[in-house]
Amino acid sequence: MPLIDIKNLTKKFDDFTAVDNLSLEINEGEIFGLLGPNGAGKTTTLSMLATLLPPTGGNALINGFDVIKHATQVRRCIGFVFQDPSSDDLLTGRENLYLHALMYGIKNSEINKRIDEGLKLVDLADKQNIRMRKYSGGMRRRLELARGLLHSPKILFLDEPTLGLDPQTRENLWKYIKKLSTENKITIILTTHYMEEADKLCDRIAIIDHGKVVALDTPADFKKSLGGDLVTIKTKNPELSEIEKMDFIKHVQYKDGLLSLTVNDASSHLQKILEKVGEAENVELRSPTLHDVFLKLTGRHMREESEEGEGGWMTRSIHSGNK
Amino acid sequence: MSNLNITKEIRGLYAIWYREILVFTREPSRLVGAIIQPLLWLVIFGTGLGSIIEPGSVSGTNYQQFLFPGILVMTVLFGSLFFGLYIILDKRIDFLKEVLVAPLNKSTMFFGKALGGSTDGLLQIIILIILGAIFFGIHFSLFTIILTFVIIILLLIAITSLGLAIGSIMESPEGFGLISSFVTFPLFFLSGALFPVTKLPFWLKIIVTINPVSYAVDALRSVILGITSYGLLLDFTVLIAFAVIMVIVGTWTFKRIKL
Repeated sequence: MPLIDIKNLTKKFDDFTAVDNLSLEINEGEIFGLLGPNGAGKTTTLSMLATLLPPTGGNALINGFDVIKHATQVRRCIGFVFQDPSSDDLLTGRENLYLHALMYGIKNSEINKRIDEGLKLVDLADKQNIRMRKYSGGMRRRLELARGLLHSPKILFLDEPTLGLDPQTRENLWKYIKKLSTENKITIILTTHYMEEADKLCDRIAIIDHGKVVALDTPADFKKSLGGDLVTIKTKNPELSEIEKMDFIKHVQYKDGLLSLTVNDASSHLQKILEKVGEAENVELRSPTLHDVFLKLTGRHMREESEEGEGGWMTRSIHSGNK
Repeated sequence: MSNLNITKEIRGLYAIWYREILVFTREPSRLVGAIIQPLLWLVIFGTGLGSIIEPGSVSGTNYQQFLFPGILVMTVLFGSLFFGLYIILDKRIDFLKEVLVAPLNKSTMFFGKALGGSTDGLLQIIILIILGAIFFGIHFSLFTIILTFVIIILLLIAITSLGLAIGSIMESPEGFGLISSFVTFPLFFLSGALFPVTKLPFWLKIIVTINPVSYAVDALRSVILGITSYGLLLDFTVLIAFAVIMVIVGTWTFKRIKL
């Protein structure tokens, strides 16, 4: 039996359907990613799983407990790290953890031990008696991660865990999340709109768009499914019919002056392609990323994609004047 | 709830209450601000209006002493209703979600918050009573001080719950400010806190009579100064009913809070 079993989960706000008949099964020990643009319904889904929002349709079982009927039991076995800061600025890190321990019914005899362990895990023992107002964004997130784990939940929800953090802090946090998963055997469900994050952390990824699961796979198989390198050419009048005839080209899309191609062994075929493209302002060639998977599946770019480039960039600018 | 665990709920209640107390003690401006305003009323308004009122003409006491119970009620009214604002601020930082996702009954969460706000208010009242005894010649016996606290605590619970109910419904601090002044000013001015209600015209008397806060003013005046219009029994009945209804309303709105 899957640890989390989501069946036709739906959330409507008046006319707007935020989550639309979403079904997923998540297994014990997995790091499972919900990947999608802002507004895709990821946070709403997480909120329903954590019993913070009542679904308007469907249901979900968490560790065997129904999110609608057995909210308290569900809450006992989950930890949640929210997207926005959720700790009290005027309290110290340790005090925030202490309040959490009380609210989750941790025994008095165990509270101090657990708090010490949690602080050690996220390397904040030396900052525990400083008020949270003075914490940096990364420190705060780490403390909230320790807090989410304090009551030893079976399942940990991370809502955009590295949103707004600098790249170095982000990688650091990934390290902690990986460590949790391997050492504590905890099941982690995270939402993200960072491709790189989903790629590096998750065992499986569900791509969510408009409240629906568009695709579900491992990061490696997602990228393999594209079957080739990606060539993007900025051009005005490509000979599309000629390009489509080329047998080493697997996929062609032309939108807003951007020609996107999936090509077998692109570097040796680039010359032939460019001959049919006409005036090209800019040519990019790279190995596929999850971003491309998303683009292919939804026909849209994810917002903030410019932050994402993931290795293997080969950009050549060919200006018409240079020909 | 099927497996309500009393010990866990009480510890949760304590946690939510304790947080309010910690935060309150770390923002001394909250306490200072809450004390300054009633003192200005007592000193400036009390002296000013007192100077044109013949001693003994307001129910046989000097005006400042007559005003004192009314100012205690004002402190509760303005301070504790304002406490509801913190629920909006908790919504803004996601601390409220952290509380809401805890395995606790929603009533426990609401009660912890209401008790926290009431404790804050009680601290302010204690300071005012000490100042009143020292500087304004208010006399308390052990019995009257206990009764005073019972009345104040009932009013604190009612008004804090009302504030939290408004905070649960409203989305923005600005909206909260608007609604709360709509609520506090009539409740205050139509409670007899500033003037005796016995000689009011009939229409105004009716409004004062349906205002539950009037009974807190009357009860305090009865206990502290021995002046009453309604009698302590009616005062207590109304106050208890007011507190119970406000707690029910507050819990109901808190359970339906939108994040």
